[in-house]
Amino acid sequence: MIKQLIPRMAEICGPGGVITDPAELRTYETDGLTSHRVTPALVVLPSAAEEVAAVVAECAAAKVPFVARGSGTGLSGGALPHAEGVLIVTSKMRRIIAIDPASQRAIVEPGCTNLSVSEAARPFGYFYAPDPSSQVICSVGGNVAENSGGAHCLKHGFTVHHVTGLEIVTPSGELTWLGDGTGAAPGYDLLGAFTGSEGTLGIVTKIVVKLTKIPQLVKCLLAAFETTGAGGNAVSAIIGAGIVPAAIEMMDALAIEAAEAAVSCRYPEGAGAVLIVELDGPQAEVERECAAVRALCEQAGATEIREADDPAERAAIWVGRRSAFAAVGRIAPAYIVQDGVVPRSALGAVLDRIAKLSAESGIRVANVFHAGDGNLHPLVLYDDSVPGAAEAAETVSGAILDLCISYGGSITGEHGVGVDKSRYMPKMFGADDLDTMQLLRCAFDPASLCNPGKIFPTPRLCGEVPGPRRAPHPLVASGQVDQF
Amino acid sequence: MGADPVLAALTVACPSARPAQPGDAIAGVMPRFAAAPATVAEASELLRAAAAQDLAVVPRGGGSKLGWGAPPRRCDLVVDTRALNQVLEHAAGDLVVRVQAGVSVAQLGELLAGAGQQLALDPPPAPLAMAGTSGGSGADAAAGSQAPSGANGAAPPWLGATVGGTLATGAAGPRRLRYGTSRDLLIGITVVRADGTMAHSGGKVVKNVAGYDLGKLFTGSFGTLGLIVEAVFRLHPLPASAAYVTVDCAGPDEAYYAVAAAAGSELAPSAIELDRPARDQPFRVAVLLEGGPDGTAERTGLMVALLGKGAATRQSAPGWWGWPANVTGRPADGNAGAGQTGNGHQGGAAGGEAGTLIRIGFWAAGLPQILRAVDAAALAAGLDPAIGGSAAAGVIYAAAGPDADPAAVAAFLSGLRAALARGDGDARSASAQVPDGPPVLASAVVVHAPPRARNLIDLWGPVPSLSLMRAVKDQFDPGHRMAPGRFAGGI
Repeated sequence: MIKQLIPRMAEICGPGGVITDPAELRTYETDGLTSHRVTPALVVLPSAAEEVAAVVAECAAAKVPFVARGSGTGLSGGALPHAEGVLIVTSKMRRIIAIDPASQRAIVEPGCTNLSVSEAARPFGYFYAPDPSSQVICSVGGNVAENSGGAHCLKHGFTVHHVTGLEIVTPSGELTWLGDGTGAAPGYDLLGAFTGSEGTLGIVTKIVVKLTKIPQLVKCLLAAFETTGAGGNAVSAIIGAGIVPAAIEMMDALAIEAAEAAVSCRYPEGAGAVLIVELDGPQAEVERECAAVRALCEQAGATEIREADDPAERAAIWVGRRSAFAAVGRIAPAYIVQDGVVPRSALGAVLDRIAKLSAESGIRVANVFHAGDGNLHPLVLYDDSVPGAAEAAETVSGAILDLCISYGGSITGEHGVGVDKSRYMPKMFGADDLDTMQLLRCAFDPASLCNPGKIFPTPRLCGEVPGPRRAPHPLVASGQVDQF
Repeated sequence: MGADPVLAALTVACPSARPAQPGDAIAGVMPRFAAAPATVAEASELLRAAAAQDLAVVPRGGGSKLGWGAPPRRCDLVVDTRALNQVLEHAAGDLVVRVQAGVSVAQLGELLAGAGQQLALDPPPAPLAMAGTSGGSGADAAAGSQAPSGANGAAPPWLGATVGGTLATGAAGPRRLRYGTSRDLLIGITVVRADGTMAHSGGKVVKNVAGYDLGKLFTGSFGTLGLIVEAVFRLHPLPASAAYVTVDCAGPDEAYYAVAAAAGSELAPSAIELDRPARDQPFRVAVLLEGGPDGTAERTGLMVALLGKGAATRQSAPGWWGWPANVTGRPADGNAGAGQTGNGHQGGAAGGEAGTLIRIGFWAAGLPQILRAVDAAALAAGLDPAIGGSAAAGVIYAAAGPDADPAAVAAFLSGLRAALARGDGDARSASAQVPDGPPVLASAVVVHAPPRARNLIDLWGPVPSLSLMRAVKDQFDPGHRMAPGRFAGGI
């Protein structure tokens, strides 16, 4: 079936726009979640929104499923291909279409990297605030699909707070705009519902983003504590003092050990935990907040505090945190990156429970987390050459998610549900909740061709609902008249 | 009076169900019944019973914005959310609060302020309101602000507004610039669908990307997708200090320079507002700065220097502050009612109707062109509306008094929309053309209008992706019984 589409796809996407060679197809079999691999039947690389629309229209007509992929850095398998489907890769669509600093907006294509937006805005004194750790590579289109956050989302928000317009291709192959870039467009906030829908409601082809003024002053503090508990107390005190830092990150001893092995970040030796607090804003406010944070850390028992306010010194503090995920590869042959959320005030209790899980199972867990908002990234370490170790690690990883749910948190703060966590959705949401969410999917994608099999463990049938109906007058339905 | 079987069925679900009384009207449309569920379970049963009886259902909260949107095409049952008035959980350490939809925003603000926190929606919470912002407190004695009046000395505008109504109407004010609007502050929601099914999305934590975000969908949906019964919000600390910097500007260009200078500065303003009561008056610009006491004082001085000649500071908001709350009134008998007098705006006489309020969304760099387009259309139509709003956030309002000729209002609106469609408001046409941007860069939506004017105008104007919105509506409410006709496209 797919073979029949190839000539038409080649027509649409032009030379180099269609991949059929099996070895090349296999290079697209996974995204950042390498435990899941599916080779797509076909890969296309369109260069423009109209090409994406035409590709999707062909898929819709042929009833062939399709999956969109940006840079393939996602950590939940959102871009995992469909074995009988088309993988639509946006990496040729990487234009920064326009920068409008006076309106604090930019228009970009989905394949451009997150960091490239900030780089383009910098000469005007602006940046693009959502900053996932993978921002050098990850695509803005992917950010929209996952509603990506990043270390600085505590103060600056996530992607959904910075997107004011989306051109999308609907699952039937039509190009349409959600929102108009103002943030005040009339009608339902489909833009807000689409952002974070993990590529299941359509494909983004243009994004209007909000730009943020580069802060006057950025200061970064690194504070070492003997325990994560002490670090957590410092965080509570900072929040309680009415300070909202731009970022608060914490790493435990094992994560510090890994980072040191990888990048020699020279965090204070013997620390049970380090806290990285970044403050940004007007100089007058930042200076005051920095002094306050320092005092609060000391009161909470900080054994050492370092302060940095020039970009090089700040980068030196951040390098350990930014390398943490990859760094654990130095201290263990394999690892699972988990992503869960608990209420910030429960962090201490949850970390204790994780420590217990680790002790009971013999599986080491390194903890890196966004301490300001309770978003945990436990790194579950194992040796994949040991039989049963992978399964044991999965069990611990899953137990941590159960823990998050039991504390009223979430199964994912940033990485998305994708294929990785769809089986956890019924633990976090009831059947009616999932059914209601899927009404949205039925509205956008009744044929279930757009990234099927992601997020929801059980697809909802999108048929007619029985019962009395009162349809609007056809002229009203077609938008030709308003009925008063 | 014989027993009404429909009422009987509703009463089984919700004991408070009763025949409607005159005060139950929604924008002049009388329902047959009204009910005020006291629990979320009752709300669910009530809507289930309403579905079985094929009733059209319209939610209401404090009733401060019943005149927003179009009148419902059908209205059999009004669901009053004010008995759902519990603050369920205030997790101060997590900066999160969970409330039922009928909680009053003002009372919530007072509660949170006691813990040094706020739900950063305008009107601001009581402590800031005590500093003199209009629209927030009736007991206001600070210089320069007006205690708003309404019919029979009724509660000030928006004081009775509920959380649910604020969400459903998407109402927002000056501080949207810094904090976003209610859709940005909402982290979890519980709704009851038209068929009575209860559903949650989001949760109690700010970082949460599990599942679709129904909260975004329901915000600004005017009750047409279902009944909001619970909401969870992220909070912010109450700033220790606040100050305002004001300057008068002769015309649109000067106003834009002031707004752009403040917005492009590194002084992190919380709000930048514009106001012009009439065409022969200057534009007034005011900037709100919040933070620590010393930092705010220093930034205020820097902002004064930045805005130049005529810039001044004040500790309380100017009397005109707070579009659109400063011009919308509390309803009398279900209609957009008593407008606020004073502060130079055409709010209408106490006890009378409010006028026409139009919200204009635009790309911020287009401000001077937008102001000129408004003036041109108003002049051509013989109107002199008050203009003002969150200029740096790309949202301003035009307000015409209740006595304005409805035909003139219609002419003004169509002239304005034609100018916006032509791109008269697109400042970027002065620089490079951007053919790849959104086809529509500005919108003019009628937030409310008196009945005589409403019948002559298209409240919503062109709506992008309307067919997708209809598809969403058809899924959530296939029977089209939730607030039918209130929304864009006749939804």
